[in-house]
Amino acid sequence: MTSVGGAAGSVPAAPPGRPVPRDSPFRKIGNWARANEEHGWRWTARVAVLLPFAALVFAVAVLAVKAWPAIRVNGWYFLYGKNWTYGQSYGATVHTDGVAHAAGSQFGAWPIILGTIQSSVIAIIVAVPLSIGAAFALTERLPGWVSRPLGLAIEILAGIPSVVIGLWGLLTFGPWLAKHIYPIIANIAGHLPNVWPFNYFRGPVDTGQGLLTAGLVLGMMIIPIIASTTRDLFLQVPPLPKEGGEALGMTHWEVANRITLPWVRSGIIGATVLGLGRALGETIAVVMVGGASLHIASNIYAPFGTIAATILTQLDGALTDGTGFAIATLAELALVLAVISVAVNFAARWIVARTSRIGAPVGGQ
Amino acid sequence: MTAHSPLAAGPSTRRRRSSSIGFRVFTYTALVLILGPAVWILLGVLGRALGHWRWSVLWTPLTTEGGGLRDQILGTLLLMAGVFILAGTVGVLAGIHLSELAKPRKSGKRSGGFLRTCSDILSGFPSIVLGYVGYTALVVGLHWGYSFLAAVIIVSIMVVPYIAKTTENSLRQVPTGYREGAEALGMTMGYSLRKVVLKSALPGIVTGLLLALAIAGGETAPLIYTAGFANKLPHSLTHASFPYLTYVVFSFYDSPNPQYHYLAYDAALILVVIVLLLLVASRMIVSRTQRHAEGARTRTRTPRRPRRPEPTGEPLDLVDLHR
Repeated sequence: MTSVGGAAGSVPAAPPGRPVPRDSPFRKIGNWARANEEHGWRWTARVAVLLPFAALVFAVAVLAVKAWPAIRVNGWYFLYGKNWTYGQSYGATVHTDGVAHAAGSQFGAWPIILGTIQSSVIAIIVAVPLSIGAAFALTERLPGWVSRPLGLAIEILAGIPSVVIGLWGLLTFGPWLAKHIYPIIANIAGHLPNVWPFNYFRGPVDTGQGLLTAGLVLGMMIIPIIASTTRDLFLQVPPLPKEGGEALGMTHWEVANRITLPWVRSGIIGATVLGLGRALGETIAVVMVGGASLHIASNIYAPFGTIAATILTQLDGALTDGTGFAIATLAELALVLAVISVAVNFAARWIVARTSRIGAPVGGQ
Repeated sequence: MTAHSPLAAGPSTRRRRSSSIGFRVFTYTALVLILGPAVWILLGVLGRALGHWRWSVLWTPLTTEGGGLRDQILGTLLLMAGVFILAGTVGVLAGIHLSELAKPRKSGKRSGGFLRTCSDILSGFPSIVLGYVGYTALVVGLHWGYSFLAAVIIVSIMVVPYIAKTTENSLRQVPTGYREGAEALGMTMGYSLRKVVLKSALPGIVTGLLLALAIAGGETAPLIYTAGFANKLPHSLTHASFPYLTYVVFSFYDSPNPQYHYLAYDAALILVVIVLLLLVASRMIVSRTQRHAEGARTRTRTPRRPRRPEPTGEPLDLVDLHR
């Protein structure tokens, strides 16, 4: 409020400077803007909130239209076939169901679908126990002045660009593993019976570009997601039940196993599935660390490919196909990947939403 | 809680002790195994880049013999600026709509459910899939070619759901009393949104924006599909490939030219520095505002001085007066 100069309040003093006439265009615009501000907010926000929807429809439509010929011609072979060839680029064009494609082209994506599943499973196996253990250490053991900077370090790990992690995995981590760790595992597996789960771990260990390295790197990339969510969940467990458990003489492990973990289990599952979604869609690190192969990995150290990595690495190859059918097949790959990761994402949300409603089992705040 | 009767014979004391020690060892090992690689990556990036670091990398252009990364750094920053403008506007407005403006359903459910679901689906899309969509629709379909505009649009689509979510969440944390107070003072809804609600939610929104920028700057796969790569900054938004840092890291490390290897390491270092700056900035905003916020959730277990209880109309507890 400007001060009312001198006068006793009944007569407002004229404002200093040139008085603005009542019908000045500026004032009219100002009044109009003030009166319609709410409309402005409403309409711009309404448009803005529709844009993600539009982008989604657009993306799905583009993928579906592009992939349709490939879906028709490749059929079910796409899901179980093991052979990926572009055929003769300069040979005769063949028409199947009215769709032109190069003669002898065959697109079986089973090796890379399997590779996607394998690498994600390795990532989850590595990431979940480590994340839970680290979250316990951060929340239950260490004092705040230690755990806060360490938690920050985990968040920094989440922020490192995946291409930088890929470079490190390719030049430093992979070779180190292949030199020091993998020979040990292969040696142990060599003494075990030569049947399915064990023979997969037998050598040769190659250069360190392959399935296990990629799985470990993917695990590292999803650890921040799972660990920070788990840490926040642990902080939400009320102290009373835990203190009650300790008062009954439970050890730390028993308190963790019987009170804390059951309390937050659904949240951890949700975070895990969210991390799985990230691992399925990760591209550049897998391309660099995994060896970008189109075949099933012969052992766990061998090069492999994932769907996401193949979409990136096969673009140049697909462009050589003059009929455009290879590009359509890449669209089919993208569609499959999108469907899988959206389904995984929704599973995560559903798990969290379903179980968080049930609420605290005992005690309460 | 469980079917175990407290009187049933449990495991022996020795087993309980060893499992407790084993658990303790496991938690610390897990922490080391997580933090070790993080430190290893940062030191590795530093070690590779600092061995032959020269500051001229920052301001000399890229040439076939080597040179610097001026245009790539500028390109990444421009890309982030473009994403900030496009995705920032759309995401923040979408968040405002979802939190403030969407009408509640008659069934009492949270409003805007369908649009929020769309946003969630979009955030589940892998970035490479969006890159492919950008390639087919914008680069080839609209004949833009590899270009800045295509890259900005695709990366924006990638981060808009994230910005919308963080905006919505920080708007929801604004106490209802602020809105009611503004209304009681006779503010119009738009004015109170601008001056009261958005103002107090601003730190959360800015944090979300900064993290979204970090994601945008570190992204590679969709950019390869939409921006291509160039040595120099182009003069147009479309029909010209665009330089950015992540591609240098991705493809220069195995080039036959050893100078290019150094550039890849330098680019990795610069990227990490940019991302860390953004993370630190967002952290500082969070901690600054949490210190001043009323009733902020504190992570520490230090007992806080209990606040004066809200007047409830009941007679005062005598203990209260003697404090």
